[in-house]
Amino acid sequence: MAGEVAAVANEPVIELTDVHKVYEMGTLRVEALRGVSLRIEPGEYVAIMGPSGSGKSTLMHILGCLDVPSEGRYLLAGEDVSFMDEVELAEIRNQRIGFVFQQFNLLPSLTALRNVELPLSYAAVDRATRHRRAREALARVGLADRLDHRPGELSGGQQQRVAVARAVATDPALILADEPTGNLDSAATVEVLGLFDELHRAGRTVVLITHEAEVAARAARTIRLRDGAVVEDAVVAA
Amino acid sequence: MRWGDVLHNGWDAIRSHKLRSALTSLGILIGIAAVVLTVGLGQGAQKQVADRLSALGGNLLIVSPGSSTTSGVRGGFGSASTLTTADASALASRTAAPDVAGVAPVLPGGDQSLVNGSTNWTTTVVGTSPSWLSVRGRHLSSGRFITAADDKAAAAVAMRASETAQELFGPLDPVGQSVTINSVPYEVVGVLTSAGSDSTTNLDDQAIVPLSTAAQRIVGGTSRTSVQTIYVKASAPSRLGAAYQETNAILQYRHGVASAASADFSITTQQSVISTTSSVNSTLTNLLIGVAALSLIVGGIGVMNIMLVSVKERTREIGLRKALGGTPAVIRRQFLCEASMLGLTGGLLGVATGVGGAIALPHFVNNPVTLSVPWILIAIVVAIAIGIGFGVYPAARAARLSPIDALRSE
Repeated sequence: MAGEVAAVANEPVIELTDVHKVYEMGTLRVEALRGVSLRIEPGEYVAIMGPSGSGKSTLMHILGCLDVPSEGRYLLAGEDVSFMDEVELAEIRNQRIGFVFQQFNLLPSLTALRNVELPLSYAAVDRATRHRRAREALARVGLADRLDHRPGELSGGQQQRVAVARAVATDPALILADEPTGNLDSAATVEVLGLFDELHRAGRTVVLITHEAEVAARAARTIRLRDGAVVEDAVVAA
Repeated sequence: MRWGDVLHNGWDAIRSHKLRSALTSLGILIGIAAVVLTVGLGQGAQKQVADRLSALGGNLLIVSPGSSTTSGVRGGFGSASTLTTADASALASRTAAPDVAGVAPVLPGGDQSLVNGSTNWTTTVVGTSPSWLSVRGRHLSSGRFITAADDKAAAAVAMRASETAQELFGPLDPVGQSVTINSVPYEVVGVLTSAGSDSTTNLDDQAIVPLSTAAQRIVGGTSRTSVQTIYVKASAPSRLGAAYQETNAILQYRHGVASAASADFSITTQQSVISTTSSVNSTLTNLLIGVAALSLIVGGIGVMNIMLVSVKERTREIGLRKALGGTPAVIRRQFLCEASMLGLTGGLLGVATGVGGAIALPHFVNNPVTLSVPWILIAIVVAIAIGIGFGVYPAARAARLSPIDALRSE
């Protein structure tokens, strides 16, 4: 996988500058993020931790371009996405970000191959290229023999591997995993975390959001959030 | 996203909910089948009427006595007809009426009892001239038609139409046999082929006698030259207008009338009968199409209902598709595509059902069904349009969903 990373080498993949996010619910004003600044360089493996209510999910949404900050600036692989509209954000998500969710979020009616092809089809990649890239991605996660299986015919660990294949198929600058092992047993957890290690070794930028210390321990750098602010940013010696 | 993929996605979504999709399409199916069938029935009926009327003489003018206006003094002319055999002869003039190909004065003799040995049969007796055969576009199945010689001699000669002959003579050849009407013996000289019925008369149950015979022996009375109707045949359908003018002019002159308003006769065409019948038919057809359209609207609401449920149920899927790069436009297109596919499926099945019904129906009821390709194409387009029309709102709702909320939903 080395050499495929799209991010420009000199630029950080993520550069957050004093990001605030405020939710207004009627008269209630909730400040979910209170000035988060963050730099993540290409090829880093970062775990973002924090108790519930710490702003972890909000940060994930902003990092994933599912939401925009109320204040501050977010550069994703050098591109300012702070004020993008819905359509531009959708394109950025499609091209720059590979998502891995806790719930796998595979479409049950589609085969593993077509699930992996989905982001490529939104990028209007032609059918033959799509097939090839999806097959390659599935082969990398060890599911070359499960192309035509539907999610219901796969174990949880296998489903999450399909999801990882889907995340890398578009060759994104950032792989964003939101509690990827939250629904897995310990054996499948090891399996999937091994996959992230592998992605990291191949030079991918991986950001993993979790509340499990043993999951975070795999990452080279751990960022802790509390009350919408970064309270710890520790680089563990690799 | 490529269009091929949008279609593929839509088809996948429809296939993964087979029962629901089938029930949704059913609403459209019924509506479209109803449209195809009612239009087919309506057009079949119109074609039947037109065929029948044109078979009876397409370029025909019908001259009736009495005023066509119902106002004032001209209201009732009583029993005395204002048309005479002399009028008919004048109309037959090649010089005065060059566009008239034939004239047949008709004097109905009423319903009479025809007796053959011990068999008797009551039928309509019609007195007319030899030209009647060509003017009314009838044909002989055996024997000959009445001739000028029969007429001049006021001979007792009867012609039978096929049904009457069947009733009186059974399988025997009626030609040369004799029947009695009012105790007067008549010789049967020929039999007409079947012509069906128009709205008021059974054209196969008639006995034709020479005009003079009818006037002298059957109708009687004082005015033995008057006739009930004069059929005028134009030389060609395109000459019908000219024949009308000539007929009108000759009769106005002969009857000494100055204007159409005071005319003591009226001229109608088969065309006016056709258009009256057609307009009745098309009113009925429009009514039925209205009912079918209502059922299509109900079917469309069904599509909308299912699509709304589908959007609700697939919120997570929509969220995922958006997270993976589906723009609102693409999401909207996907749902519109699904809705129009449901419409198209219902439409195609509806057309198939309608066509099947159109083929089967004539075996059970006595109505012809004419299938029209333009209408079938219109029906399919309408089905797709209904799918899209009623899919717009659910698709817009899907496109509006926020990816975060959608992904979070259970």
